[in-house]
Amino acid sequence: MSLATTKTSKIDRLAELTAKTETSSGASLWREAFRRLRSSKMAIIGAVVIAVFVVVAIVGPWFAPHTPTAQTWRGEVFPNQGKFIGARGENWFGLDHLGRDMFSRMLVGARQTLLVGVVSMLIGLILGALVGALSGAAATLGGRAGRRLDDAIMRVTDLMLALPSLLLAVSVAAVMGQSLTTVMIAVGVVQIPIFARLLRGSMLAQGGKDYVLAARSLGIRKRRIVLTQIMPNSLSPVIVQATLSLATAIIEAAALSYLGLGNPDPAVPEWGVMLSQAQRFFDNAPMMSMYPAVAIIVTALGFTLLGEAMREALDPKLRG
Amino acid sequence: MSLLELDGVKVHFPVKKGILFDRTVGHVYAVDGISLSVEAGQTYGLVGESGCGKTTLGRAVLRLVDVTDGKVVLDGTDVAKLPEKEMRGFRRRLQMVFQDPLGSLNPRQNIESILSEGMAAHGIGANQKERREKIKEILAKVGLPGNSLSRYPHEFSGGQRQRIGIARALVLEPDVIICDEPVSALDVSIQAQVINLLEELQESMGLTYLVIAHDLAVVRHISDVIGVMYLGSLVEEAPSDALYEEPKHPYTKALMSAVPVPDPEVEDRRERILLLGDLPSPANPPAGCRFHTRCPWKQDTLCATERPELTDLGGGHKVACHFAAEIAAGEIARTSGEVVPAVREGVEDVDPEVVATSGSVAEAHDDAAEAADAAEAGEIAVPSPRGESTDAEAHDAADPEAPAGAADGDAAEASDGKLDKDEPVRLDKEDEASEGKASEAPAGK
Repeated sequence: MSLATTKTSKIDRLAELTAKTETSSGASLWREAFRRLRSSKMAIIGAVVIAVFVVVAIVGPWFAPHTPTAQTWRGEVFPNQGKFIGARGENWFGLDHLGRDMFSRMLVGARQTLLVGVVSMLIGLILGALVGALSGAAATLGGRAGRRLDDAIMRVTDLMLALPSLLLAVSVAAVMGQSLTTVMIAVGVVQIPIFARLLRGSMLAQGGKDYVLAARSLGIRKRRIVLTQIMPNSLSPVIVQATLSLATAIIEAAALSYLGLGNPDPAVPEWGVMLSQAQRFFDNAPMMSMYPAVAIIVTALGFTLLGEAMREALDPKLRG
Repeated sequence: MSLLELDGVKVHFPVKKGILFDRTVGHVYAVDGISLSVEAGQTYGLVGESGCGKTTLGRAVLRLVDVTDGKVVLDGTDVAKLPEKEMRGFRRRLQMVFQDPLGSLNPRQNIESILSEGMAAHGIGANQKERREKIKEILAKVGLPGNSLSRYPHEFSGGQRQRIGIARALVLEPDVIICDEPVSALDVSIQAQVINLLEELQESMGLTYLVIAHDLAVVRHISDVIGVMYLGSLVEEAPSDALYEEPKHPYTKALMSAVPVPDPEVEDRRERILLLGDLPSPANPPAGCRFHTRCPWKQDTLCATERPELTDLGGGHKVACHFAAEIAAGEIARTSGEVVPAVREGVEDVDPEVVATSGSVAEAHDDAAEAADAAEAGEIAVPSPRGESTDAEAHDAADPEAPAGAADGDAAEASDGKLDKDEPVRLDKEDEASEGKASEAPAGK
């Protein structure tokens, strides 16, 4: 009897000891990552830049002082004679070669650029994640047949990765004809193998962890193990990559527009198209190409900063 | 009828080569024919150095790796070849506690989710509320506060995490719990906590354990029966006390001789058998007795040609050695290997933990002066307990037929009169670690 009482009291003591050192509520890793993100300067700068960009893209067109497509000041600009109008009270960023207001065009162009960036990133992310998840799940829990499937999928993505991304985008754009949709698909397709590989690799790394083994020994179904155990732990590099690839997508869309494979309607302002058109007049009107170029760079930088900050915040090695 | 019975269990991993076509070029014989039985309510301890296949065996019982051959009989049903679907039902009855407490818990799940997942999979508890009650009950049993439910694994300490791991196994009310190195990742004081907890749970809930460990003190403390593994097979199996009192297999003898004795007087006179060479690769195990390449009692007949079976020498003491009876009776003398008195004159003022690790290969060839000094002291102060001249041994070691390559170096040393001090390749690094723990772990009871 006395033996039994000492035993229970021992466990009680253990519990007491444990309870004392603990705070009352738990914090998930996501929440902790967010807390770390908030205290990172890089993240804040990136987030501010992105916020400005997004706000401009959404409300910009309503605040544009002039119609972006109207060649209102056509008579004042003579590209052939090297006569351009720079920044002035009426036109903050000056006029382009057809006498349109650059500032209004920049505001309206932001929306196009954001649209292209986000949609093509989503195409790459969703398709890439599907392929990668299938491949990763097959490789970790699918047995021998799964490994075969994984092998086959990975060879195809290798093939896609072997092609230079811009060349791939150009081919897609060339095959599908010229339109904004084409640009988005072309830029998105390039991202697919990157996301696929990333997620697969991350899942493979997680699949070998003890907690996956533990879940198997508990008798949990494989599909559920993939969804509740492996996936949540594999997602952080993909989230980081999504942020970073937004920057790439914007630059690539600009590059496609620059190469003349972008939106065929030249009247719709888009930063990449503007840059490509302004390049011809760089000698006489350098500022005309500066505005879209700087806008693209700053936006891309914003996404990159946030992406890098997220990478640090989500890094398991930094968990305190 | 034992609760869990293993019959000739083999786990072989194919070694693949080639770029396009995976050609099987060989096998790693991780577990190579193990038979053992675990009685209900008892604890079976499995010891062996790292790489001997003990973890693989544990995973094979749970079907986390495929069983190549043999039977794993749980309560009358052979689960080794059950289809995955039927196996899932059996998984409730076989649970595992993992070595790495943090790695075995999903960092993105809170404790409630971790503990209820298995219950949901096996339909224990009608709804989450019922499950939560049950989880709270189990948490109290393993000594965790009830407010742990909403917390995440990284917010707990190592010992607490391991208790969560134990709770995860317990909520399913399993018949057998396989503990794979349950305490080796923990501090010594926490080790005692967890081991005592395991024992208390066994008493109050009637659990059956298969404990896999390399720490001899831990295994002795917790086990009723102990099996010693070497290179994928059992070399000796005996009731815990019998094994520690009189190890019969040469490998077990060497293993036991590595455990320090808490009494410094005895410790200084204790003799240690140091095995030569390394653990052979399980991809290419030696023919005949797996241990014959390193065995200090190796005989010219049988050892290299025939694999010994595990035979009962009386009292449930089973040994897989052709000459176990003769060795026990003292009829056979050692033919190779080193017997080193655990003399520490040269390093007396050194912290014992440092001494325990000083046998590693890198430090074996200490600075010459110290070695010579110790050798001198050793020869004078310590009589060789077996009455064998060290010179004779040195010659044996230099014998061209001596199996291990390390012998050459030792022979050279011996001719310089340094034999007693110089330590050839030690058993295993893990044994080093266990030495450090051995004296402390039981003290924590």
